[in-house]
Amino acid sequence: MIPELGQFALVLAVGLCLIQGVLPLWGAAVRNADWVAVARPAAAGQFVFVAIAFAILMQAFLSNDFSVAYVARNSNTALPTMYKVAAVWGAHEGSLLLWSLVLAGWTVAVAVGSRGLPEIFAARVLGVLGLISAGILLFTVATSNPFERLPVPPLDGNDLNPLLQDPALAIHPPMLYIGYVGFAVAFAFAVAALLAGRLDREWARWTRPWTTWAWMFLTMGIALGSWWAYYELGWGGWWFWDPVENASFMPWLLGTALIHSLAVTEKRGLFKSWTLLLAIGTFSLSLLGTFLVRSGVLVSVHAFAADPARGVFILMLLGSITGTALVLYAVRARNMVAEGGFHAVSREVALLLNNVFLVGATAAVLFGTLYPLFLDALGAGKISVGPPFFEIVFLIPMLPLLFLLGLGMHTAWRTMQATTLLRMVRIPALVAVLVGLIVPWLWFDRLSVLSAVGIVSGCWVVAASLRDPIALWRSQRRLPRGQWGMIVAHCGLGLFVLGVTVTSAYNIEIDESIRPGESLEIGSYELGFRGLRNVEGPNYRAVEGEFELRRDGTLVTVLAPQKRVYNVQTSPMTEASIDSAWSRDVFVALGDSLGDGAWSVRLQYKPMIRFIWFGALVMALGGLLATTDRRYRNATAPKPSPATDTLEDAA
Amino acid sequence: MKLWLMVLLGLLASTAAGIDINDDFDDPALQERYRAIINETRCLVCQNQTIADSNAGLAVDLRREIRAMLESGASDQQIVDFLVGRYGDFVLYRPPLKRTTWLLWASPVVFLLIGLAVVGVTLMRRSKQPIELDGDEWAPLSFSPSPSTFSTWRLYCCRFGAARD
Repeated sequence: MIPELGQFALVLAVGLCLIQGVLPLWGAAVRNADWVAVARPAAAGQFVFVAIAFAILMQAFLSNDFSVAYVARNSNTALPTMYKVAAVWGAHEGSLLLWSLVLAGWTVAVAVGSRGLPEIFAARVLGVLGLISAGILLFTVATSNPFERLPVPPLDGNDLNPLLQDPALAIHPPMLYIGYVGFAVAFAFAVAALLAGRLDREWARWTRPWTTWAWMFLTMGIALGSWWAYYELGWGGWWFWDPVENASFMPWLLGTALIHSLAVTEKRGLFKSWTLLLAIGTFSLSLLGTFLVRSGVLVSVHAFAADPARGVFILMLLGSITGTALVLYAVRARNMVAEGGFHAVSREVALLLNNVFLVGATAAVLFGTLYPLFLDALGAGKISVGPPFFEIVFLIPMLPLLFLLGLGMHTAWRTMQATTLLRMVRIPALVAVLVGLIVPWLWFDRLSVLSAVGIVSGCWVVAASLRDPIALWRSQRRLPRGQWGMIVAHCGLGLFVLGVTVTSAYNIEIDESIRPGESLEIGSYELGFRGLRNVEGPNYRAVEGEFELRRDGTLVTVLAPQKRVYNVQTSPMTEASIDSAWSRDVFVALGDSLGDGAWSVRLQYKPMIRFIWFGALVMALGGLLATTDRRYRNATAPKPSPATDTLEDAA
Repeated sequence: MKLWLMVLLGLLASTAAGIDINDDFDDPALQERYRAIINETRCLVCQNQTIADSNAGLAVDLRREIRAMLESGASDQQIVDFLVGRYGDFVLYRPPLKRTTWLLWASPVVFLLIGLAVVGVTLMRRSKQPIELDGDEWAPLSFSPSPSTFSTWRLYCCRFGAARD
């Protein structure tokens, strides 16, 4: 009975979404205050019903209700409680429900946070969000009902995919969804501006913090996924340019471009139509990612063609949401041209170039991800587009972007003397070149051209970011928090670049067979194999190796990689064991028994790999600082008069 | 079709790393070439994995085959030709440049050129428009502001004067 209530709640939520979508938009068009006022209560109601459905599904997992098909497929009585919770979003149906819940959460946040905005504008934003929610919920109810019952419930469930039984993966999907679903808010703001036919600097100030919040969560979500892949997949790689990864990375790249373009629209009132296009594009890429991941088209175009119900529905959803927005854009955007000049050395040009490189990178990744699908669908042959392609096409726009970033941070709006700019960055540039060339030389005593370029770029970004804080510290001045956000986020990017370059240039990987009592050398470390023991987990059995990690004869730690076999889904899983420090990770994965007591092992030494995720975390922290700047907190206050407006902008 | 999918999904769950415990080549250059090739070759029965990363039977066989070809003095091109001859272009993670893929390889550069052209046109148009200074521009920050130079001081005031905490 209870799961049916969940389904009923979902259907009610669809109804409320339609009310939230249609009435306020219509009311805004005909200036009917009563219909406009429906937006907020409808949004709250929608959230409540989606949350009820979500809670009921979670209860079905916690109470082992295997009469629900989705629970039977993805849970088991022996599954630890934490993973029962995570299993709610562990497969298709539940993850769509999470998608809806996250969107409903954003909608309520907007309903509350938009109280200071003009009533009609807020109604339009909520209306657009309501229509998107209605689409996704309809999709869930029509093709992917998580509450479907089994006529004969099994005694026990099929268990959650062992790969997903991991703490990082329990929080990775919610983070990721909060991020890329969050771009729906920027999209709704853009459509609301197009419906109004008017876009001013105020609009950019309202939109910016929402966009940055979404970007911040997406940054953390992607970083978590990458970290999980690193230690759980057992290969020691951290990014595979897999289409599923690209699906979340493309909205991130375009969202980053959007954040920068919004800065110009807020400060100068320029690039209005471009900013709108980016807002539409970013959320469209989120939807495209959902299509790619959820339709099965990635496994094979033919698998998709065999069971197209889900894929076609999302494709139609994508087409109608993006298509409507683009038509509106084509009709309305041309009225939004603003006057305002700038010269070649100016922040406007720096941010324009930032956008060109980020959009270029997004387009290249998008093209590389979709090209094999189109080629296959056209019957023109099957090809694979993998890391060798993406690494090249991604570096082409990224290297100039990193170089320009250090300059762009110090440019002035409108115009500035090139010599002034060069004088400002000469010390950071000098520091970057010296540190970037000498330190790796001393530390690793070898340096290739490409890794030198990467390391110097990373140092350059960090040094250029730190220039202003140092100058300020010397003059005892304080920066507004939004400025700090920019500095911290850019610093994080520099650290990330350093991590990526140093890891890929100086990584050591050894595949060897080893017997108890023997040891292997890697870098300045020595790994001794003590032996094996059997381990009994809650829902798996494992063989655990015991390895002593020594450096100069002293014990650093004992590493215990496992080879697991789960009770229900019996394919073997590799659980790597990692000793991590700021400067390096030592990674051991256990392979197969080779007979005679010998085991194959993979041993890796990865210098500075922590900087990759730490850098991403610092970027997200930058986003947090930027969104909590006081001028956004004031943005919810009643519309300021023109005089206070300029004051706000100066801050 | 069904069977194929089940095979695929079955393999998806297996993450046993492809650990290649064969002895290294005596020649480090040969070892380098070997690693480069197996890291760009797709394991056809796996879910998006290289043969270096997989322990599926096919991956192990292909690694052995490539090793043997390298030892007998085959060039990289010969090995690629052998792989493509047997499995088609799908086996290569670096798509070969040909009639159906030149668009793919050209696209990143084309996108950038279009973007840079747009920047050029925008800049030409915008630099002719008047630049009005209204006091809220983001003035550059000098390393050692000395109050004696009036201009530097003025920039400071513009930038931080209104920045209340």
